[in-house]
Amino acid sequence: MRIFDPHIHMTSRTTDDYAAMAAHGVQALVEPAFWLGQPRTSVGSFVDYFDALIGWEPFRASQFGIRHHCTIALNPKEANDPRCREVLDVLPRYLAKDGVVAVGEVGYDSMTAEEDEVFAAQLELAKRFELPVLVHTPHRDKAAGTTRTLDVVRESGLPAGRVVVDHLNEVTVKEVADSGCWMGFSIYPDTKMDPDRMVVILRQFGTERILVNSAADWGKSDPLRTHATGQAMLAAGFTEDDVDQVLWRNPVEFYGQSGRLDLTGSAAEDTFAGNSILRGARS
Amino acid sequence: MTRGPQPGAARRPATTAALGADVSAFAGRPLAEVFPAVTRTVGKGALGNGWTADEAARATLLSGAGRAEIAELYRFGDTAEKLAILKALQLEDIEQIVGEDGLALVEDAIRTNDQRLLAAALGPYATRHLPAATFRQAVLKCVFAGVPLAAVDGLPARADDELKRMMADFAAERRAAGRSVPEDLQPYLER
Repeated sequence: MRIFDPHIHMTSRTTDDYAAMAAHGVQALVEPAFWLGQPRTSVGSFVDYFDALIGWEPFRASQFGIRHHCTIALNPKEANDPRCREVLDVLPRYLAKDGVVAVGEVGYDSMTAEEDEVFAAQLELAKRFELPVLVHTPHRDKAAGTTRTLDVVRESGLPAGRVVVDHLNEVTVKEVADSGCWMGFSIYPDTKMDPDRMVVILRQFGTERILVNSAADWGKSDPLRTHATGQAMLAAGFTEDDVDQVLWRNPVEFYGQSGRLDLTGSAAEDTFAGNSILRGARS
Repeated sequence: MTRGPQPGAARRPATTAALGADVSAFAGRPLAEVFPAVTRTVGKGALGNGWTADEAARATLLSGAGRAEIAELYRFGDTAEKLAILKALQLEDIEQIVGEDGLALVEDAIRTNDQRLLAAALGPYATRHLPAATFRQAVLKCVFAGVPLAAVDGLPARADDELKRMMADFAAERRAAGRSVPEDLQPYLER
């Protein structure tokens, strides 16, 4: 089983996690920029964090044979702190980097006017840098937040296929499926989604346009939930090819829209050769 | 002791002009957004002169930039950008632009724990500009981090008695722990 975890916060994880992930088939991942638990109070904290996402963390991942990419954005929670607003000004520098394959996580936390502005501004940046977008949906008032998210995405004019709406569940999946956006699911030990509930959703909605992630971070979470979901799919009668589509080919297709995925040395090299920046000019 | 083999050393470019890189495709756009995206445009094929296409293009872009601009590109650079800037410091015209300010970049790279940056920091610019104490610590860090000493431009020329003492102490510490002493340290332990 080859796995591409499309959403995991490795900055918060140990080398033991990297080793376990590699042993369970994880060969590539995307680490979205998000909040760190402890609120940040200055732009400098973000810049050092972004530098880690394009510097130290890919280096750490490479020691376990895992290809590391990231997404860059001002997250919705900290978008509400005026001291963090200037982060928007440094984003263009980072959105130009090779290792940055999407704008994210953007979206709503408390659905404030500030979040509205920052979300819209970053959708514009996604257009300018021709990048896909990773949208976080709120934990509170999730259904209403998801509806509002889809409205804003529609108004932005971005093609729905360039957007993944993440942290979906049984209540919010239908609306996103109908919108044409990609559907993201975070498989957690207790909350969000679990492998068996995910299997039920896959039965109902099929295996296309679906991304399954562990969203493992600094909270109670598990970087091997992607693998557990693959096992649950097989136990439920899905084929190896179905599992490969959900856990590998789908994230490669979604983030591959950036033209910046570098899967050199991974199992994908043969199947997705056109996207390796190491192969020469793309022009 | 001889240095490791250096393919193409005889015609190693000394200036950005000698690199022969065409950067006209990047004209008229902000350097802060162009510089990170260079590889996606020109690729990273070897040019046969010790440089890759993206390294050469980045060096050429730097030759049109100011000292502060180069420092800022380094500050916000990803690993590939930083490696390209560190490599470009060996070119005469780039060295002229940055002057002594290149030291801050070299020292930043030496502080990291990334072997690639550490090795790239210790090129000809560091050989010419790095103070002795910093150079010795950086060389010892290479030994710790597994960077081959053949990658350090300033060796063996800058291996003074103090550096040899530090190397001997390191070797003694390793032997006391029953651990191996890196092969490429041997020539420095022999007198």
